[in-house]
Amino acid sequence: MHRLPSNPMSRDALPPLLAISGLSIAYAPGGQFLALDGINLEIAAGEIVGVLGESGSGKSTLALSIPGLLPACERFEGSIKFRGEELRGLPESRLRAIRGAKIALIHQEPGLCLSPVMRVGSQISDVIRAHRRLPRKELRQKAEAALAEAGLPDPLRVYHSYPHQLSGGELNRVVIAQALACRPDLLIADEPTRSLDARLQTEVLNLFREFNRKFNTAILFITHNPALLARLASRVVVMHSGRVVEEGPMARIFRQPQHPYTQHLLRLVPQSLICKATASETTKREAEFGTFETPRKVAYGG
Amino acid sequence: MAAETGIRHAPQPALMRVIGLNKTYVQRRPFSRKEFVLGACKDVTLELPRRRVTALVGESGSGKSSLATCLALLQQPDSGEIWFEEDQVSAWTAEQLASLRPKIQMVFQDSAGALNPRFSAAQIIEEPLEIQRRASKPELRLRALALMEEVGLSADCSKRLPLTLSGGQRQRLAIARAIALKPELLILDESLSSLDLVIQSEILRLLVDLQSRHNLTYLLISHDLSLVGEIADFVAVMHAGRIVEHGPREKVFGAPRHGCTRELLAFARSLESDFQAATEVQA
Amino acid sequence: MRFLARRLLHAGFLLAAVSVLCFLFTDLAPGSFFDGMKLNPQISPETVAALKAQYGVGKPLPLRYVLWVKSVFTGEWGFSFAYDSPVRELLLPRARNTLLLTGTATALAWLIAVPLGVWMAYRPGRWDDRLGMGATSLLLSVPELALVLALLCFAVRTHAFPVGGMTSANDEQLGLLARCQDLLTHMAIPAITLVLANLPLLVRHVRSSMIEVLDAPFIHAARGHGMAPARVLIGYALPAAANPLISLFGFSLGGLLGGSLLVEAVTGWPGLGPLLLEATMSRDLYIVVGAVMVSTFFMVGGNLIADALLIAFDPRVRTD
Repeated sequence: MHRLPSNPMSRDALPPLLAISGLSIAYAPGGQFLALDGINLEIAAGEIVGVLGESGSGKSTLALSIPGLLPACERFEGSIKFRGEELRGLPESRLRAIRGAKIALIHQEPGLCLSPVMRVGSQISDVIRAHRRLPRKELRQKAEAALAEAGLPDPLRVYHSYPHQLSGGELNRVVIAQALACRPDLLIADEPTRSLDARLQTEVLNLFREFNRKFNTAILFITHNPALLARLASRVVVMHSGRVVEEGPMARIFRQPQHPYTQHLLRLVPQSLICKATASETTKREAEFGTFETPRKVAYGG
Repeated sequence: MAAETGIRHAPQPALMRVIGLNKTYVQRRPFSRKEFVLGACKDVTLELPRRRVTALVGESGSGKSSLATCLALLQQPDSGEIWFEEDQVSAWTAEQLASLRPKIQMVFQDSAGALNPRFSAAQIIEEPLEIQRRASKPELRLRALALMEEVGLSADCSKRLPLTLSGGQRQRLAIARAIALKPELLILDESLSSLDLVIQSEILRLLVDLQSRHNLTYLLISHDLSLVGEIADFVAVMHAGRIVEHGPREKVFGAPRHGCTRELLAFARSLESDFQAATEVQA
Repeated sequence: MRFLARRLLHAGFLLAAVSVLCFLFTDLAPGSFFDGMKLNPQISPETVAALKAQYGVGKPLPLRYVLWVKSVFTGEWGFSFAYDSPVRELLLPRARNTLLLTGTATALAWLIAVPLGVWMAYRPGRWDDRLGMGATSLLLSVPELALVLALLCFAVRTHAFPVGGMTSANDEQLGLLARCQDLLTHMAIPAITLVLANLPLLVRHVRSSMIEVLDAPFIHAARGHGMAPARVLIGYALPAAANPLISLFGFSLGGLLGGSLLVEAVTGWPGLGPLLLEATMSRDLYIVVGAVMVSTFFMVGGNLIADALLIAFDPRVRTD
């Protein structure tokens, strides 16, 4: 049988997982002030793309616009194509089928994203139930499995807990488990590590990397802190005032930033812990403070 | 253990000293008799040198905020001594403490929650001045505007409500309110944690400015060791309610003695070194 | 359980205090039951004096109070001068009638208010919400008296419902089903009045509680997971909005016996209200005390139930 020669171009011709082109959104009446101005963005399947930007750069608008969660906008132009299908203008029922199952969204403050009066496990089962008809027992097993995958050592206890009974780190993992329970193709994470300490931040980043590796989940990681992208993203998009000011492979952007805004951002990342202090500074500080002696509480007075 | 935190008389007397402070919270379920005792602070001994930045670091739940509220005189510790400028204030009555309060001010993490949402920005700054009778009525507004300028808020923010301001502007407002009474000690409880890097660096610069201008002493509470490394002179590490390490920043970060400190540093350093590796231009 | 025991103890003290106050106030009110008799020329003063002695009216107040408490424990709950019978036998059937009316009306009001409030909160600012808000404002401002009179007018004009009373004259001759039907048609006017009077407040509370919850991050997150709006509203928003509503429900329960006096009096529904009114007018003080105590008991009980429900439904209250 005559076989067609494999076309070297055919692989590149695969449509990207997510393709945003010319996205412009304005909230205010009059449509003057653009929250997003002509955004072009592409994510391939299994790729991790970082979006760098401050508050007010439009990154949250971008995150919400993809699954169609924005309130009514004054102006909404451009196209958002997911797997070749245009998301804008889809009926709500179709969008609902995509949300959670194909495109998942993680907000800031994960602890607030769970209902305080419902057990955590049922909230995860609910997400699965919204997309698949399964018997209750299977739902529960899947929810527990999702919790275990998210790195919780005792998923059974967490399943039956209420959010206020869990620590901050556990809550993070629960929210990630909930988002990834249906194995979405794309995970949009909008500042998932704000206000978290370094240990929890590292855990979240590791979890994302693991899911990306195991399930080929594409991740759109939105943050204001470039340091978080160093470990995670393969491509970086820098946003400012609703526009993309620079984009490219992470290595290139971090090593040779072209745009002054990117350069400014990268300079601000604190590097205080890995710079060694000089010896003279140390002795000067000690002299001020007084050197330590082993244990003795001296009475103060005068 | 208390054994690890011996402190000696510093060459320059410290502004505030805490000796053996204990603070516990008791919780009880509504239907049962069993009480849960949460030891938030256990035998805390700490010193805040004058005109320096002392950082209090530790994981969430280690008791930092409880200690901060006790030092800010917002809560009574269960036991222990607090010394402020050679006076043992922990033994003071409420009236005496009232005279002390203007000297110790606090800036909180959640600026939206810490500012009265119904007051305009100027009113928020005027409030403590008015309560403490530091200025006559006509002067109040002028003082408020002067303070706003000092922290970098434009004058047209004065009539706006705090929730209409950005996070960075709100924290500036909170700082303006805190320095209105010319305090000597400013306690910053995770005040920079939820800010963008850009804003964070600006507020940091503002704080350094204010410190030199007003001779302030800072107690900076933060879980972000990179931030602490930028600004702190002295570092105290808190773990499970106890101070496990305390000393000059270079010493604590350069040669940490406690396992907890080492762990905190390891995580923070790995993030920084990842970034450094990513930005290093290959030769 | 300790908590519950403490609340029950408090409730006991409250009831005792109310009974003392009630006694004091009825005693302070001028006149006594027998004054009406005194004016009647057909009854001789000696008869009046004998009756007074029989009923122990002349005794000092503390002694009368103690005697009353004793009669409460023996099940009599005091003695009515006018009806010449223990208060309990008079109160209980009346209380049952009132509960029948108010229970039905309260249940109906809640069953309508919750879905209506949820619906209005789901679409704030739209025409149906505006209509609902306007209607509730109107209902809130119309006094109950006007409502019940308007309905009675309507009933008289259209003969749709019987006017007044609880049962028809030929009550004894009807079978069970017919009796029930008869009861329901008689209950219609007073019940509808009570529903219309209580509905606006409930609807507004449900609506405002839901609006507040619908703004919460976890609702947005649930929508983001692709859950159906019905599930988000009823499964996520409503339980979180339930706290103030549970307290309100406790108040509803507490007002079951006390809230319908006017309606009962105007429509002739043989409930606790008209009895209390009549007894107050004729200074039949043991009925007054008894009726007030039963009402207070319900109010206290209602609050207690509300607290218990709150603990049962809100996990945060439980383990805090």
